[in-house]
Amino acid sequence: MFAYILRRLWQMLPTMAGVVVLVFVLFNWVGGDPAYLLAGKMADAAAIENIRRQLGTDQPYYVQLWIFVQQIVTFDFGNAWSTGEPVSHIIASRLGPSLTVLIPLTVLETVFGIALALGIAFVRGSLTDRAIMVACTVGMSISILVYIIVFQYVFAYQWGLFPVQGWGNSLGENLLRYALLPIIIGLAVSIAPTLRLYRSFVLDEASQDYVRTARAKGLGERRIVWVHVLRNAAIPIITHVMASLPALLIGAFLLERFFGIPGIGREVILAVERSDFPVIKAITVYVAAATMVFNLLADLLYQAVDPRVQLR
Amino acid sequence: MTHMHLHSPSLWTLAWRRLRADRVAMAALAVVAGFLLLVLLSGTGLVAGDWEDEVAVNYAPPSFVGADAAARALAQAQLPRATPSNAFDPLAAELAGLKAQVAATHPPVEKRTTLLFGADKWGHDIVKKTIKGGETSIVVGLVSALLAVTLGTLFGAVSGFYGGWVDDLFNWFYSIFTSIPAILMILTVAAVLQQKGVTTIVLILGLTGWTGPYRLMRAEYIKHAAREYVMAANAIGASGWARMFGHILPNVSHVALVQMSILVVGFIKAEVILSFLGFGVPVGTVSWGSMLNEAQNELILGKWWQLAAAASAMALLVTSFSLFADALRDALDPKIK
Repeated sequence: MFAYILRRLWQMLPTMAGVVVLVFVLFNWVGGDPAYLLAGKMADAAAIENIRRQLGTDQPYYVQLWIFVQQIVTFDFGNAWSTGEPVSHIIASRLGPSLTVLIPLTVLETVFGIALALGIAFVRGSLTDRAIMVACTVGMSISILVYIIVFQYVFAYQWGLFPVQGWGNSLGENLLRYALLPIIIGLAVSIAPTLRLYRSFVLDEASQDYVRTARAKGLGERRIVWVHVLRNAAIPIITHVMASLPALLIGAFLLERFFGIPGIGREVILAVERSDFPVIKAITVYVAAATMVFNLLADLLYQAVDPRVQLR
Repeated sequence: MTHMHLHSPSLWTLAWRRLRADRVAMAALAVVAGFLLLVLLSGTGLVAGDWEDEVAVNYAPPSFVGADAAARALAQAQLPRATPSNAFDPLAAELAGLKAQVAATHPPVEKRTTLLFGADKWGHDIVKKTIKGGETSIVVGLVSALLAVTLGTLFGAVSGFYGGWVDDLFNWFYSIFTSIPAILMILTVAAVLQQKGVTTIVLILGLTGWTGPYRLMRAEYIKHAAREYVMAANAIGASGWARMFGHILPNVSHVALVQMSILVVGFIKAEVILSFLGFGVPVGTVSWGSMLNEAQNELILGKWWQLAAAASAMALLVTSFSLFADALRDALDPKIK
């Protein structure tokens, strides 16, 4: 097991190196000279030269790349260009609000998704099943923007059930007051694709031999679905949840932007608007690293769920 | 059996037969074709070319709602009328001449108080605006999906056909691009390119979206490269490129087509979000995303029609397109045969 983890981590190195080079090429080569961006409209040659020296862009590319690698390893990306706030502090302080929304959202989405998918498995092929699938297709085709705009307008602005936007200081206040509506909207948006996906996982299992065996030995349909099928359908479900977690950190950017939640996603949007390269670079590299680590965690979880899986 | 079939029906004939038997798919195809026709007509200027004319008063409500008092008052206030003459104006004679000229070429019309589906902030017709916005969004979706599938097919073909270090290299690229979440990749490229424009969005979406088609096309090429017909082509001296794109590609192109129809849906949604955030189409170009951006503020004033028009047009297109893509995949999937 330990050897397996070590080898997987070792295999991540070339990919990680690729991500670092890709981000470096994008920002240091395609993105042009940031000194002109920073110096503003009324810049003289001396000021631009000064900024270049501070950023290290007057050095050859291999030196700049080495500086970037050092920044990644030491978690020290310097200060954000727009606000002067240390980038490491930005990431650390924006993670909490993001997770306050994302963890309840992911848990609820997975639980509802599994429960509904297994429920539908009882009535597969019926009119109810087909009606729900059509509703899912229609629900998925409406833009997330429309969900957010309409829900925020109706529930928060017109009916006053939730605050329109804002964020407090204590976890309890944030979770129970400010994060509620974003979580509900997130659920409304994600339940349709999740249900469609989980239904296909469950139906793949429902036609297997072991299900027929279980029926033949006289088990109730309820026990077959909730115990036997669920355990086997759990593997693709775990992959899906784990693989989508890091992407969700960014994917919730629309929710965070509309509701004024100071999370990672909103920070990325702000950084893109302000051309704040250090912030985007740091977030991209760390989210890529998180994606790889979560893929490894998913593989480790398989073994916990399914003893037949041998990690080598 | 007296008569032998000399021609067995091709994959495409079979798929079309299966597709035609599926009523939902045909209805979806009709809707998609309708949208594409609108795009064509609006692209050539036959329809909605005059969407920028301010034909109605600001925020004129839809005609099925009926004009409200505010719209009528606004229409009265915006009636063209003579300005009181100023005896001290040294340019009075010239101005009068110019005004007469303008009045001759552009006769003053009373602005309408209602429109079929209402008007926006400037009095543009929402129906025409939605058609024009749809043109931008659909063209971006189609072209960027074409770019992504072309890249994915090219990389997948080379990677799966040659294998070895070429395959390793492209797999490395693939693992790099998939370890960065798609939306973050899109925003990162948007931050670097720093210029708005339809071409920029197409490049962003196309250059970041090739991974899905690549994976599938590579698997197809690995499978086909070892088949007998490819070996036969090799034996008669067909070059690598000829075998890849002359012999194998026609046999795997249905995978690319299905991928493309799936990507179009995703890219239309992505374009709407990018334009909404202001990283997409430039000012002056209308798309469903920029319409939603305006509609967000209008909703607080109670003007819901622009939101309803853009949202329902997009929902209708995306629903039909995904239903059609699903049916196309079922019809072309060799496993079902």
